[in-house]
Amino acid sequence: MKQVDETILEVKNLHTHFFTDEGTSKAVNGISFTLNKGETLGIVGESGSGKSITSLSLLRLIPSPPGKITGGSILFKGEDLLAKTEKQMRAIRGNEISMIFQEPMTSLNPVYSAGEQIAEAIRLHQKLGKKEAWNKAVDMLRLVGIPSPEKRAKQEPHELSGGMRQRVMIAMALACHPEVLIADEPTTALDVTIQAQILELIKTLQKDFGTAVILITHDLGVVYETCDRVAVMYAGKMVEYTLAKEIFTNPKHPYTIGLLNSLPRLDLDQEELTTIPGTVPSPYDMPKGCSFAPRCAHARRICEQAVPDLESIGPDTKVSCWMYTPQWEKEYEAEKKVGVQ
Amino acid sequence: MGAAVEGKKVLLKVDQLKQYFPIKGGFFGRTVNHVKAVDDISFHIYQGETLSIVGESGCGKSTTGRAILRLDEPTSGHIHFQGKDLLSLGRKEMRSTRKDLQVIFQDPFASLNPRQTIGQILGEALAIQNVVPKGHRRSRIEELLGHVGLRPEALDRYPHEFSGGQRQRIGIARALAVDPKLIICDEAVSALDVSIQAQVLNLLKTLQRQFELTFLFISHDLGVVRHISDRVMVMYLGKIVEIADKKSIFEQPQHPYTRALLSAIPVPNPVQERERILLTGDVPSPIDPPGGCRFHTRCPFVMDICKTKAPELKRSTQNHQVACHIVS
Amino acid sequence: MFVFIVRRILQTIPVLLGVSLVVFLIMQMVPGDPATLLAGEGATKETIEMIRHQLGLDRPILYQYIDYVIHAVQGDFGESLRSSRPVLDEIMVRLPVTLELALASIFITVVLGMVAGIISATKQYSAADISIMIVALLGISLPSFWLGLMLIYFFSVNLQWFPVSGWGTFRHMILPAITLGAGGAAIVARMTRSSMLEVVRQDYIRTAKAKGLKEHVIIYKHGLKNALIPVITVVGLQFGALLGGTVLTESVFAINGLGRLIVDAIRTRDLPMVQGGVLIASVIFVFMNLAVDVLYRYFNKRIDLN
Repeated sequence: MKQVDETILEVKNLHTHFFTDEGTSKAVNGISFTLNKGETLGIVGESGSGKSITSLSLLRLIPSPPGKITGGSILFKGEDLLAKTEKQMRAIRGNEISMIFQEPMTSLNPVYSAGEQIAEAIRLHQKLGKKEAWNKAVDMLRLVGIPSPEKRAKQEPHELSGGMRQRVMIAMALACHPEVLIADEPTTALDVTIQAQILELIKTLQKDFGTAVILITHDLGVVYETCDRVAVMYAGKMVEYTLAKEIFTNPKHPYTIGLLNSLPRLDLDQEELTTIPGTVPSPYDMPKGCSFAPRCAHARRICEQAVPDLESIGPDTKVSCWMYTPQWEKEYEAEKKVGVQ
Repeated sequence: MGAAVEGKKVLLKVDQLKQYFPIKGGFFGRTVNHVKAVDDISFHIYQGETLSIVGESGCGKSTTGRAILRLDEPTSGHIHFQGKDLLSLGRKEMRSTRKDLQVIFQDPFASLNPRQTIGQILGEALAIQNVVPKGHRRSRIEELLGHVGLRPEALDRYPHEFSGGQRQRIGIARALAVDPKLIICDEAVSALDVSIQAQVLNLLKTLQRQFELTFLFISHDLGVVRHISDRVMVMYLGKIVEIADKKSIFEQPQHPYTRALLSAIPVPNPVQERERILLTGDVPSPIDPPGGCRFHTRCPFVMDICKTKAPELKRSTQNHQVACHIVS
Repeated sequence: MFVFIVRRILQTIPVLLGVSLVVFLIMQMVPGDPATLLAGEGATKETIEMIRHQLGLDRPILYQYIDYVIHAVQGDFGESLRSSRPVLDEIMVRLPVTLELALASIFITVVLGMVAGIISATKQYSAADISIMIVALLGISLPSFWLGLMLIYFFSVNLQWFPVSGWGTFRHMILPAITLGAGGAAIVARMTRSSMLEVVRQDYIRTAKAKGLKEHVIIYKHGLKNALIPVITVVGLQFGALLGGTVLTESVFAINGLGRLIVDAIRTRDLPMVQGGVLIASVIFVFMNLAVDVLYRYFNKRIDLN
């Protein structure tokens, strides 16, 4: 937050759809956000919100078919990644933008040593020789806090614990000093004490390397402790975009409020959890208006008819909800009139 | 809550339970070693309470649940349930006792037969224990669905037609079907999204009041545990490190492991500043656990005695038991 | 790994003993007496009895068997009743031919099968994929002797590209090797395809893509080695079918290999020859399996965990 606000990544109106036998699933349905140099942006949402598809879309790693980025732009240092050739993209992946995934157990190739999998990326992007790349891989392993890295580098993934595998993934992702690191649920599969180690590690390395991080998670606690800003996603759309601290003290969107109230808190005694009624709509059959309207206690007629835009309501806060628009009061009057008649 | 518990009746008492799984290997496939999944633990559950077992993977919390249900045959120990030792029961007696002991698993889909309708699944549960006469089963099933917040139409539908949260409700209905006394919830809400998890947690609490159920709640999520429990038991590498009522375990945790565990969880609270104990390294292997206190390899407050002598679980205050040399 | 290999070698001993016992007993039960055949037509009862005695056929079966095993361990499989030459010598003349044929067809099975499978998997649902899968289906369904005859008809008789029969030059090898290897190649192609398609969906392939690796590096370095694990098992199983198949193929192409030797020996009730031949074939089969197990373990070290 202290850094100069220099935009490194800007996503505008991104659409990623999946074309299947059951119909078109609008997994990511028009999202926009910016990422500044060195900052951490959290993207939170429940399953089916489109947060993981968003992260894969950024590096154009959507399995195609059936997936396809159908619209929008992804500006990385001012250039649109969607306009680049596959060859140009390869030079960016793992080099300028890299990624770590949720399942450290399955994300490493079982038949190659940890060192080889890191060295491979170094050889590829930094054009180093075999020996130099290996030594650098060992250095990276030491940097991510793996004890006796020379020995561990030669081991295959099945010989490493879950926490260590995720460290290897981080070493691999940061080996080429990327400007952006996308971490897709990096600690979800890990135990809490290991999660704490990994989050601490990501924070430290981020500071040392000046990397901007996009952290995809479903855990609001993780967002609070690691992120500068946060985007809340619901059913393929961004419903709120604000400062990470702000979202806990001053949430705006009814979905965000509902999510926070549903969370069993470690720091509070709650007799009853306030819940959001109903379930997420099917991605094949989205409501015509605001996708949260069917579950929203405040919904009015306009919410079912038109999709609200993501609009600024403060210097750091954007929200996509009719409640915060001038139309809301008008709508109230109109509804009252209808009621009277 | 602690005081109220005092006068209560003990429903289940676990005594010196051990669960060792053999490891085969070597030249002739002999048993070369054991995974000491649960290593000599004793605790009890009061009637009508929720006791939670928390801990990280490999601590033995799920193994304990499975041992109580005799899904795995324990190596040694006693499990007293309503005056009977479950481990000495014959097959037939155990089957009739299972009626009182039900379980809800993490993945409801895996435990529901995809080819059976919800009506058949619940009907089967009723038929096996034969608690409701045949003619009344359908109305009993509809009643059960009502209890868990599902409509009677669900009866003729198949598991794949339901969402994760609804399937977990079906799992709960199946457990409720036979009027059990104790329900073991093994990571029952862990796979659910926060908003759905909250619905299911509320449901469990309501049902507990309504039917005077006792829960053994196994979970790795301490937020959930704080919400649902009366008492909490913390396990590490097959041993109990701390048992206490909810209030004291969350507000005055005594064992260094419990404190580290609590401090490791990110909490969205700008007011509460917390000391963080960052543990180093991984959990050691349960095949060859460290001697002395099993936590001593990662403990920030380790003393010489910890490396040689295993601490016993001792009462530190009225409702609080800890196994740690520093505390005693 | 060393303990594993030693243990597997020790395990082959009871297998080989069992095989020899079964062969021995079967040959005892088949109608027809080697002594009668050897004595020729019109021989007197005394002559036949004498021959029986010379061959040791009048002793209890158990003794005959134990005797046989003791000699076999020392490399003495007895003499052929027909040619009176040591069985082992006869086999050693024929064995290289069969091994050449087997190796050539294994080569066809592995190379052709894997290449076709990889092409199919990387170009899923393309014209190439569909054609390969149709050909593979045919390869599995066609009996090898029929395929052999058709190959001879088209390529040897009509086009005269290859010799009709016999063994010796490289040109002699091609048609028999295709005949023998086609079925295996088809199975390997299908297995490789499905295994590759399974592997490319794995998380570590996504990791490799996110690293910025080229498509062919992802497929050949990160995909293939993992995809080969189940394929090796299939190739191993093919060895068995292959050894059986040599009998047919050698007959179709009139090749003087081990298969034909055994068939001829069975026809003439040449008891020691049949036993020796089958035993040697079994030894080869068992050691091929051992090699496959070792390879499988090498490729899939995670097995060590269990």
